[in-house]
Amino acid sequence: MASTLIVAIVKYGLLALLWLFVISAVRTIRSDLWGSRAPVRAAAAPAAARAPKAKGSRTQARRLVVTEGALAGTTINLGDSPVTLGRADDSTLVLTDDYASSRHARLVPGAEAWTVEDLGSTNGTYLGSSKVSRPTPVPLGQPIRIGKTVLELRR
Amino acid sequence: MTAPTVAPSSAPARRDAELALTAFAVGLAVLAYAAVGIAQDGRLPSGALGYGAGLGLLFGVAHLVVRRFAPYADPLILPCVALLNGLGVVMIRRLDFAAVERAQQRGKALPRADAPLQLIWTAIAVTAFVAVLVVVRDHTRLARYTYTSAAAGLFLLLLPALPGVGATINGARLWIRLGPITVQPSEVAKILLMVFFAGYLVTKRDVLALASRRVMGLDLPRARDLGPVLLAWAASLAVLVREKDLGSSLLFFGIFIVMLYVATERTSWLLIGMGLFAGGAFAAYTLFGHVRQRVDVWLHPFRDAGGDGYQLVQGLFGFGTGGITGTGLGKGSPGIVPFAKTDFIMAAIGEELGLVGVMAVLLVFAVIVERGLRSALSCRDSFGKLLATGLSFALGLQVFVIVGGVTGLIPLTGVTLPWLSYGGSSVVMNWVLVALLLRISDAGRRPGPAPVTPDKARAALQEAQTQVVRR
Repeated sequence: MASTLIVAIVKYGLLALLWLFVISAVRTIRSDLWGSRAPVRAAAAPAAARAPKAKGSRTQARRLVVTEGALAGTTINLGDSPVTLGRADDSTLVLTDDYASSRHARLVPGAEAWTVEDLGSTNGTYLGSSKVSRPTPVPLGQPIRIGKTVLELRR
Repeated sequence: MTAPTVAPSSAPARRDAELALTAFAVGLAVLAYAAVGIAQDGRLPSGALGYGAGLGLLFGVAHLVVRRFAPYADPLILPCVALLNGLGVVMIRRLDFAAVERAQQRGKALPRADAPLQLIWTAIAVTAFVAVLVVVRDHTRLARYTYTSAAAGLFLLLLPALPGVGATINGARLWIRLGPITVQPSEVAKILLMVFFAGYLVTKRDVLALASRRVMGLDLPRARDLGPVLLAWAASLAVLVREKDLGSSLLFFGIFIVMLYVATERTSWLLIGMGLFAGGAFAAYTLFGHVRQRVDVWLHPFRDAGGDGYQLVQGLFGFGTGGITGTGLGKGSPGIVPFAKTDFIMAAIGEELGLVGVMAVLLVFAVIVERGLRSALSCRDSFGKLLATGLSFALGLQVFVIVGGVTGLIPLTGVTLPWLSYGGSSVVMNWVLVALLLRISDAGRRPGPAPVTPDKARAALQEAQTQVVRR
């Protein structure tokens, strides 16, 4: 009789300890379910960069198109938030281009047109044939060259 | 893939918690081992301390290596794996007793004891785990071997089909003979192909995600981008046809489709994948007898309970006998089920630990998968993200496929239950898989360098001489 009792104790004890293990494991996960939150990326962009959207402007670009390079054919629809270009994973357009920097350039919407700004890239950003040294307005259809990638704004 | 990288706010390394939980897991295995002995002879088994010391030594070494070489890795994965592996060795030991009993009753020669072998395989597996953690210091370097691992993976996958090296065991041709031991190369191929999928999709995902036409609210990919998917589909069908291995075939295709979906965020890939799967499954059902037999057994297990359905029916009886809390370790008769040590080990657990035990085991698997996906979220590079997602999903899918098969939810396909089932290749490669997951989670949870202010970076660049640098 005593041995039956021991067997029962061992049986339920084992199950209880198994669950104790699971519970102590899950307790450490609990913070995952309700704890941290993904950082809000938009907050990182400077507020000054966000200009009021030009209403009904026919000159405003709506799409960014890659015309040359590894990503040729890629299209991005433009909103009213800045577009970052580079090899870094958190760029809006992640360039797969050996000659591009991690954070290469940025396109910022303005009242009249989008402006391109070089972010201290190693090989530089070119608008048409001139090198971009300060934020420069980009006309529609003007090629922006970053490494071996060429992009242009379209309506 | 725009999944956010969840920054570990101030994730403590929690190595001590890992050590405590690992010791807890080893203690549980020793208690389970003692329970088998108490139930059978009414006294403590003599080998309990030996097994405990062996398992404790192995997992202790694994813990120390993690402490030294991956100090920020996730603290929960290793204890969970240790628990499953320890419990697996005990269950195999218990089934060894059952096999000896049956042999004595029938007056046959005593069968080989598998538990000591499984312990040796665990030792080899921990060695492989240590080797991976020491050699692969940075998981992104694996991305350089994208196409090498593709070639090696495909070669290993199709190797058993070659005459001469391949061996057919239990109707499936997925082993190769290396001297006295047989190895299952598809287990190695699984990890190699995941490295390939991750490396390939990281470079191609933009094309696969962006170049598309919108038809009826769905973004359909271009016809030529379908190539890799069709190739993966054809390869998994080839495995199915040549090696009669339903399980691996299903695993490979499932892993590929999910990684494609995660990389591109396009639902259309899931639908295309399911369509291809449905077509392939239907074709396999009509063309191959062994597939049809599996489906028939699944739909009507009791129609031929003494023949084709015997294994599944005995497994279901095992779960039924166990009920809520089980018969207690050593008190049931799980040895009746054919292949109880490998594919049907869940039936043995269900019989002796009951629903309560099965749920606990499934939750431990769920914890490992959750931690793996969490590592993917906190990893900073896309290759690591994709690889961690693939590895964790593969683990989850494998558990689903075999537990679903054993419980009669889906047709039975022969894959092992990771760490619990008897089988050298499976144990070793699942430990390697865990080593890779820990490596990725270490990279993700490692505190990053202090952010460089843009002005400083620009000033440094202006001072540097201008040159065209290929990166």
